[in-house]
Amino acid sequence: MNKKATDFLIHNMVVILFLILCVAATYFSKQPLTFVVSELFTRIARNSFIVLSLIIPVIAGMGLNFGIVIGAMAAQLAIFLTTYWGFTGISGFLFTAVLATPFAAFFGFLVGKLFNYMKGNEMIGGLVLGYFADGIYQLVFLFIFGGVIKMNNSTLMIPTGVGVKNTIDLKDTVKYALDTVPMLTIVEVGFYLALLGLAGTVIFKLAKKQPVDWKSVIGKAAIAVAAYALTFVGPVERFLSADRLLLLSAVELGCLVVALWQVFGFIKWKFQGRKGADEFALNSFNRNKAIANVLLAAVVYGLTYVPSLYKVLIVVKLPVMTYLCIGALCCFNNILMKTRLGQNMRTVGQSRTVANAAGIDVDKTRIIAMIFSTVLASWGQLIFLQNVGTISTYGAHTQVGQFAIAALLVGGASVQRATNKQALLGIVLFHTLFIVSPLAGKELFGDPVIGEYFRVFVSYGVIALALAMHAWKKPAKPKGHVAPPQEKNVKAA
Amino acid sequence: MRNPVKALVEKFGLPRVIIVSFFLFLVVAAGGFKMNLMQLLSDCLRRWGMFGILALAMVPAVQCGIGLNFGISMGIVGGLLGGLVVIQLQIAQNPSLVSVSPLFAMWVAILLAILIGVVLASGIGYLYGLLLNRVKGSEMTVTTYVGFSIIAFMNMFWMLLPFTDGELIWPNAGKGLRNTISLASSFSNVMNNTLAFKLGNVTIPTGLLLFFFLMCFLVWLFMRSKTGIAMSAAGANPMFARAAGINVNKMRLIGTTLSTVLAAVGILVYAQGFGFMQLYNGPMMMGFTSVAAVLIGGASPKRARIPHVLIGTFLFQGILALGLPVANQFIPESNLSEVARLIISNGIIIYALSQVKGGSGRE
Amino acid sequence: MEKTKESYVLKMDDIAKEYYGNRVLKGVNLHIRPGEIHALMGENGAGKSTLMNILFGMPVIHNTGGFEGTVEVDGKPVQIDSPLKAMELGIGMVHQEFMLIPGFTVTENIKVGREISTPNLASRLFGRSMESLDFKAMRRDAKKALKTIGLNIEEYIRVAGLPVGYMQFIEIARELDKTGIRLLVLDEPTAVLTESEADRLLEAMRVISGQGIAIIFITHRLDEVMAVADSMTILRDGEFVARKDIKDTNVVEIAELMIGRKVEKLIDDDVADTRTIRDDVIAVSLRGYRVDMPGENVRGIDLDIRKGEILGIGGLAGQGKLGIPNGIMGLYKATGKVSINGDTLNLDKLGDALDHKVAFVSEDRRGVGLLLDESIEQNIIFSAMQTNGKFLKKVAWMNLYDGAAAKSHAEEMVKTLDIRCTGIRQPAGALSGGNQQKVCLARALTLEPDILFVSEPTRGIDIGAKKLVLEYLAKLNRELGMTVVIVSSELMELRSVSDRIAIISDGKLACILRPDDSDADFGLAMSGAWKGGEKDA
Repeated sequence: MNKKATDFLIHNMVVILFLILCVAATYFSKQPLTFVVSELFTRIARNSFIVLSLIIPVIAGMGLNFGIVIGAMAAQLAIFLTTYWGFTGISGFLFTAVLATPFAAFFGFLVGKLFNYMKGNEMIGGLVLGYFADGIYQLVFLFIFGGVIKMNNSTLMIPTGVGVKNTIDLKDTVKYALDTVPMLTIVEVGFYLALLGLAGTVIFKLAKKQPVDWKSVIGKAAIAVAAYALTFVGPVERFLSADRLLLLSAVELGCLVVALWQVFGFIKWKFQGRKGADEFALNSFNRNKAIANVLLAAVVYGLTYVPSLYKVLIVVKLPVMTYLCIGALCCFNNILMKTRLGQNMRTVGQSRTVANAAGIDVDKTRIIAMIFSTVLASWGQLIFLQNVGTISTYGAHTQVGQFAIAALLVGGASVQRATNKQALLGIVLFHTLFIVSPLAGKELFGDPVIGEYFRVFVSYGVIALALAMHAWKKPAKPKGHVAPPQEKNVKAA
Repeated sequence: MRNPVKALVEKFGLPRVIIVSFFLFLVVAAGGFKMNLMQLLSDCLRRWGMFGILALAMVPAVQCGIGLNFGISMGIVGGLLGGLVVIQLQIAQNPSLVSVSPLFAMWVAILLAILIGVVLASGIGYLYGLLLNRVKGSEMTVTTYVGFSIIAFMNMFWMLLPFTDGELIWPNAGKGLRNTISLASSFSNVMNNTLAFKLGNVTIPTGLLLFFFLMCFLVWLFMRSKTGIAMSAAGANPMFARAAGINVNKMRLIGTTLSTVLAAVGILVYAQGFGFMQLYNGPMMMGFTSVAAVLIGGASPKRARIPHVLIGTFLFQGILALGLPVANQFIPESNLSEVARLIISNGIIIYALSQVKGGSGRE
Repeated sequence: MEKTKESYVLKMDDIAKEYYGNRVLKGVNLHIRPGEIHALMGENGAGKSTLMNILFGMPVIHNTGGFEGTVEVDGKPVQIDSPLKAMELGIGMVHQEFMLIPGFTVTENIKVGREISTPNLASRLFGRSMESLDFKAMRRDAKKALKTIGLNIEEYIRVAGLPVGYMQFIEIARELDKTGIRLLVLDEPTAVLTESEADRLLEAMRVISGQGIAIIFITHRLDEVMAVADSMTILRDGEFVARKDIKDTNVVEIAELMIGRKVEKLIDDDVADTRTIRDDVIAVSLRGYRVDMPGENVRGIDLDIRKGEILGIGGLAGQGKLGIPNGIMGLYKATGKVSINGDTLNLDKLGDALDHKVAFVSEDRRGVGLLLDESIEQNIIFSAMQTNGKFLKKVAWMNLYDGAAAKSHAEEMVKTLDIRCTGIRQPAGALSGGNQQKVCLARALTLEPDILFVSEPTRGIDIGAKKLVLEYLAKLNRELGMTVVIVSSELMELRSVSDRIAIISDGKLACILRPDDSDADFGLAMSGAWKGGEKDA
């Protein structure tokens, strides 16, 4: 038992350290919880997506992808163009995302190609590549736009007509475009998408002359219709017509869903249990776990009645669509790993030699991983920008990789292992520190700058630590050789 | 049969051919714009001497096997501290020294700063070397971030250090040391001005260049000593060195320490030529600049020689010195040359990294 | 199991292969019947690996000009030009080094690259790589394959925690899981196993062959061959020696067939042998000597090397003979007692052997033996400079490189050893194998040693250079009285030059033989038939 506890402490050293740091800094900053929490949720919405985009390359064995900076640049290129062309609102935002995708995919392809030439040096390579790309980016934005390509737009361009201004204001274009999508619209779109997906599957199967399970198709359609119909009920409609969700409601909904899910699992188990347990069934119903989950939900719900927490919960409002996007990316990361491609990525990440011997195209898999990561990062940067509302043309992308990677590592991830949970936990911890450390610095040292320097140090330091630990842990391979199979050597020499 | 251009590219590597051509292009362009080439050449020489020792710091690092040392900021920090102490003590204003000659006082100041810097840097470098011996194979990635971290750490430190001299701290009740510290009252341009003379219109910063060459000579001498040769062997082939009874880790420690020490000297030489010391994030990217310089000179992550330093620094700084005025002719008041610096310095590093078949190589 | 003689699952005829003008296979035949266990035997360098590379269509074969001869699978001529093709034909291979991913479960390892998947909406849009994995079916398959070889472990646990012995079984399970497998190649599968694990493996092999899958069993261990194989093919120096059914032969015959060749005189006898070698004057004595060198572990050796003799150390690759000199020189962790001329050596102190005037020429010329980018001069004088402080001159307080002294010495060495080069400034990496070996030798001699260890002195060098190197070693021994220890896989060269030959098997001393002992003795000693027993020399 004791050993288990020490193991737990050692494995989660970084997380625990930062937890302590966060709590202490929050305490010393003397800020009300309402301020810290609402600020924190804004930052989670802004930054989660881009941090989650780091996970795929880690799994594919390419380490922390400092190259996401390039994805961010693709996003800024796209958003500049759509702003220049005058697109606005959610449609403008979606168009920007569509425009950013091919840019990011192409850049990701190039980065992947390059990384295949520097296996084992991807991280330093990605970092330097980020700086290099920054040079190209500046070349494009300062001299090509307006210089080579004529652009007439006095709000975007420097008065001389050559080069883009330092800041781009998105207030009248795509600011909060994603954050303010009403829940009603989301449900509606979801409904149509579900129907479309079902229809697509059926048509595909019919075309290929495969049997169609009509019963399940109709059942699924019925559920979708029922859910959609529910939105026409007065109170539900009123609740859904808002675009932000009160944190209180979110917690309540969460508790409800957890409880219902367990009940659903129980019923399913009751029905299928009769058919005889399948030896290879993966997720059999676990009674104790279910009860624990329900209890946990109840406790969390009970906590909302604590006055100090209640005060916080009714202040914070969540942008629903943004959080849904983050959730969707988490699901995507998980589902991808259960596909053929995902399994190939894992194999490549674990051992390129084995992957090669198993007939997996290692280089191609790595390039695909980079493309995924870069495209996701570009979307993440778009989400960030629409929430912030202004772009610092020459600065918005520079620290993206730095902070995203630091956040991921603070959550307990390493160069070889990263999960959604670690990413989300890392964002919470890292950004809490970000919010409170200047204030704590001011309270403690009489100067907020110290706090600011401290958080910068933390972001560099945690990366340095992770990299050193990664290199450290590697078993000290004898630098020489294992006696080679002789025959090959003799004859080939 | 063979295309001479192709042969050239194969021999020197594409980026180097591009950079040399670019340099020549700048020279021609500067001439074409009727700029004062002599003035520009003086500038090149000055920058050459200023940056040279920082680039020189790469030689022992690469030769001892830790690869390109992006973390010379470890040594830079030591050098800066040395400079701060000297300013605080007002050595250059010490009446008894000034009475000999003001220049003498400045020399004493900078040499004392270098001495303090070297002592600090050897301590830091030793610890740094111990760390690098534990992370064999990933040195470059680790050095970069350790270098960044020390800069970020020192940012806090600069705020808290108890210096009191008016040159050093913010004038109006601000906290901590200034961002940019003028060296006018301490050792600004002391080397540049020593024995400087004009050859036609070209100013030769004799003292600076002599000091730079002296450093190069000392490193060259070291590389020819028993220890230096053993160190190079340990870097080139650790198993070979072991077979000859050489303690590879010790050699790496020596190389790393030497590199760090040279960085401390280098930053002070740079600062005196620049006239200012930059604290805080100023030296953040110095490592990248130095790495780029030796790479342009023909070094690789496995092999760096003194000529690589001499040629590389001259070319790189030459491009920067010529680039700014030439770029201004094209687009006035632009930072085109800054953009070119970003692209060139990082481009050459990427090229070098892609040439190393790192780790398990390409299966 | 007995079928008509004409029915073969694999028939390779008149296979010949050249690497850069060096003929490594000279008309070899390999015939395998369905469901039989066929042992493929031969010394290192006999051509087994090359033959298997041809069978698997490895790129190394096709990048070097292909091969001659015909390959038939199930009576039909086939062109195997890639490993994938071999896989499709139902040929599987279990590698010597494990191709397993520790972080994966047993199932994932067995199914790696051949996952079972079901289509979904995304895969219909983006192709097969987006299909979702069917873990249930994969586990079912894995379980089945494990059952076949009688390995009773849960298919959902990670490989990381399993004992080494299980790895081999999982690899075999992976090959068995491939559809249509009919021929399985096991490359020295028992080398890393304990005795009981090896027995289980042999049992599993019988089960597999009982299901009609033929096995090519590459091994050096005669006892295993006798225990499990139905038939065998012996190769020697790239030539086909014999194909025999096990029931028609015996251990001694096999050993003879493997070694059998005349001892050629590689050195001339014109140097007068005026040595007196005494059994009580010991140059190097090893007691309980162990070396932890991956792939060449030494597991407890007692050996005395007499002053002034040439001792050959032989044995098959991976048995530990290379570990002996490497441990003495401090390149790998060694324990036990080593005395040089009566002085005990401090094995933990790097360079202590050098200080005792022991020099070493490594078997790994390019990896350990040379600084490839440095000049011949640097390579020759390096060790002597570092160890003995030669070629240095004192300037003020500094020890600086003495270029003139180094140059004259290097030039002299180049002349003595006839190193063919454009000059002593030429980088060592640009030389041919034989000349590189001479540079290594020159460096060792510059140390002026009492005792010289030479590891694989003739590996990868041509016959002319080979003769010169061996003659020079003999000359050093005769004229300077240097004690020379030659570690080599080439029995022929050991027998031509040594006074005694120690055979190492399984990290232990099998026996010490005279050069003119019979082929069968050598064969049996090397195949591990005698363990630890010492035959009087």
